[in-house]
Order: sequence, then structure tokens, then C-alpha cells
Amino acid sequence: MSKLNYSMLTIFILIFLFVNSSNAEVVHQERSLYRNILVDDQGDLRCLKFNVRTTKTNQSCFYKTAPQRLVFNYTKLLFSGLLLIEQPKSILIVGLGGGTMSNILQQLYPTSKITNVEIDPAVVKVARQYFGFLENQAVSSVIQDGRIFIKRALIRKQQYDWIILDAFNGDYIPEHLLTQEFLQEAKDLLSPEGVLSANTFSISDLYAHESATYKEVFGDFYNVRNYKNSNRIILAAKGKLPSIELINQRAKKLQSRLTPFNIDLLKISQQMTPISIEQDWPENTKLLTDQFSPANLLN
Amino acid sequence: MTEQQTQPKWQNPFIYLLAFCSGFCIMGIELLGGRILAPFFGSSVHIWGSIITVFMLSLSFGYLAGGKLSTQNASLKKYGVIFVLAGITILPVALWSTTIMEVIFLNIEDSRYGSLLACAALFFIPTIILGMISPYSVRLLVTDRDKSGQIAGKLYFVSTLGSALGTILTSFYLVLFFEVNSIIMVFSSILALLGLIAIVLNKSVKSVSFSTVGVVNE
Repeated sequence: MSKLNYSMLTIFILIFLFVNSSNAEVVHQERSLYRNILVDDQGDLRCLKFNVRTTKTNQSCFYKTAPQRLVFNYTKLLFSGLLLIEQPKSILIVGLGGGTMSNILQQLYPTSKITNVEIDPAVVKVARQYFGFLENQAVSSVIQDGRIFIKRALIRKQQYDWIILDAFNGDYIPEHLLTQEFLQEAKDLLSPEGVLSANTFSISDLYAHESATYKEVFGDFYNVRNYKNSNRIILAAKGKLPSIELINQRAKKLQSRLTPFNIDLLKISQQMTPISIEQDWPENTKLLTDQFSPANLLN
Repeated sequence: MTEQQTQPKWQNPFIYLLAFCSGFCIMGIELLGGRILAPFFGSSVHIWGSIITVFMLSLSFGYLAGGKLSTQNASLKKYGVIFVLAGITILPVALWSTTIMEVIFLNIEDSRYGSLLACAALFFIPTIILGMISPYSVRLLVTDRDKSGQIAGKLYFVSTLGSALGTILTSFYLVLFFEVNSIIMVFSSILALLGLIAIVLNKSVKSVSFSTVGVVNE
């Protein structure tokens, strides 16, 4: 039944995309080392797309006349991280996309240090050229594999208050960024109060394996999702997770600051479930490790 | 032409089987190389550049060495020894790869050269040894100059078919059910075991040929 529903949904999305893309104007197209990159405009909306023919194709979109207003739900959900940390002074973003996340965080916290790590040089170039990705003294981008960046940052004894993993697109999952070993490295890179947000999936077989692995490394975490699309955000902390009450307090405090970005933090705070209350995967699920990580086969 | 008479019937199919298995293992190992290197060197395009370069380079040396070795009293026993050595030299990949890669990662900042060196450290020697198998197999199989091309063709067919199967089975299924190190250990055991069987069988060939012709190519 659910499979049928899912395929129906897919067909609708495909039709929707087809109808929509017919009036889209392609602004830029290139084949990078890793993927096909496409930038197109539909009226005011500009989107970055990878590997055109799939349903999960949009990587990043923004309104040209209002670049600060976020378009995507999952990007909005990522801001739930702010409910776990008072004032992130150093932020690491793995997976640049259009650079929207970085731009907004820069406006919110102009003095915070933001480091963007992206494997594909073409994506960085496109983000600068077509999405107004801003770099300055506080905001930088590094072209490197996320795992290597984190390993090297550990050797340099760096620390980050907030690590955002946004390196997964619908087509291919970097399997070495899902393993217990990697998550441990990311956890080690967090400051004592640090938090980690990961934009991942909620529907495939991978869900259970991924959840079990995060739990093994971080203990309890929050699932953030709106059940409208297949994304879920994992929100984990190095230390203790704050209580729901504290989270609601913070949401109220920050709400007005995030409204200009089209982010309803109060609503997002309602969409957070601690896994200590709702652990919806089997207890004996196999962990993903460097030795066992068939993520793309499970997805 | 005397060899033909001394060779038991099973010898040629057995050699083809061994060549098939070595082809299977080579590509299975090469494919796992990407997985093994990723934690330290990432999944950038140059990782596969390093892996394929090292494998091609060591195979080419292996062909040369195997051909040379086959001119000096070729025997099923020596052939078996090649397999046993291949099985043994693959073991460090399962046992010490993390330690080896860690040292290289700490000393080489550029992940291109880091991955190239790590790949060489892990796979260069076993792949040279595995490369020796093809020319050596040709030497053991060919008894008639007219048929040498046909036999070489058949051998490449069998071993490359093994490679294709090793690639697809490893990437589609084995990684889904087993840990990387377990798969490597199984490859290593298969190679060593086949080598030992070849060595044991060589003894029986020897005794047979002693009793019939009295000439051995050892």
C-alpha cells in the first residue's frame, strides 16, 4: 500500500516538475567532476539542481528579490540547531549547496566564524556566481572532502560550536560520512557545548541503521521533521540535551529574529521529538562503520 | 610434447579455475580499496585515480615478473607458491591498514599523494604477485605453439570473467552482508588454499610422471 502511495506521489512530483520546468529558464549548466550542475530561473525563484532527471533534484533555491527568505523546509529545519546552542561562535558547514545556510548564518551572527567545506569546486564557483554566496574575513570555503577536513581540523586542535552536515543529496550518499568512526570524529571536533545537525533521510532502510549509529555515538538526540517530505534532521549534542522547556524558551526568544528569513522557529520546535520518547527502530540494528557502510545500497 | 602425456586430465581445468579465482579476487580487492581509503583520504575523484594507477602499475610489473619466472622450470608447485604468497601479502590490508594509513595521513597533507602512497603501501606487492598468475598460467597451459594464442585468449576470457564477477558480487552484495576486513580475509584464504591445493597436487603429478615417463619439468 505505502509503496503504491509512494509511487503515486513520485508520479505527481514528476508531473509537477515537468510542468514547472517547462517554463524554467536555464541560466547555467555544467558537468563537474562529480555531477551535472544546473542553475535555472522560474520567475523570481532561482534553483541549483544536480543530476537533472531525478525527483529529488533541487539542492538549493532562493528568491532573487528576497535572497534572505528561505525556500526549503529542510533548510529551515536545520535552524533547530539554534535551539540547542545559545550563540554559536564557530560554525562548520559540510556541503555548500548554494551557500544559503552560510549567508543566513552570517547575517544572524556577523562575528561568528563560518567555515564551508565542499568537495566540488564547481559548486563553490556556482554558489558565488549565481547564489550570492558571500565570503569575507569571517566566512570561508574550503574545497575538500568533509571527512578529511574534520580529521585535519582535529589534528590542528580546532573546535566548532555547531557542525552542520548537509552533504547528502538524493542520488548519492557519501558512505564514509555516516559511519560510527566519522561521527566520533565529528563529536570530538565539537566544543563542550557544541551541537551537530545532520540533514538526512527518513524513509529508506537506511533510517534504522543511521539512527542506531547516531545513538551509539551521541546518546539521545532529537529528530526534527515535518512529515511533509522525506527529510529529517538529526540534532545531537556533545553534552546533555536541553529540556523541551528550555527549547521552547529559546524558540520564543529567537522567533522574531528568524522571521525575516521565513523561518518559524516556534513551529519547528513543535516538530522536534527526542528519541528517548520515540525510538522507532529495532534495538538490534546493525551500526554503520568504516567496515560496514552500504548506505547507497540501503537507501 | 612429452608434457602433454604426463599431464593428468584435471590439470588444465584446475589452472583455469585458479586463474578465474585470481581475477575475481583482484577486482574484489580493488573495489574494496575505495572503501578502505575513504576514511582517511575521502571520496574525491583522485582516490579512484590512485587506486587504478597502483593496480595497473603493479599488474604490469606482475605480468613481466610472471613471464620471466615461467621460463625457469615452470611447475604447478611454483604456481601454487605464487597463490600462497598472494594470499599472505593481502593480509596486511585487513590487519594493519588503519595504522598504515594513519602514518601516511599525518605525514602527507595533499590527499592525492597521500592516497597514492597509501594505495601503493597496501596493494602494490600483492597485486604484483597476483599479476604473475596470468603469464604463468599460459606457460603451464600451452603445449602446442599453434594453439598458444587460442589458449592465451581462453585464459584471459576466464580470468577477466572472474574479474567481472568479483567486481559485481563485491559491490552489489558482499559489502551489504560482510565487513570489509572479513571479505579481504576470505579472498586471502581462498588464494592461499588454492595455492596449497596446487602444491599438493603437484606431488601427485610428479609421482605419476615418474612412473610413466620418468621426466619431470622441475
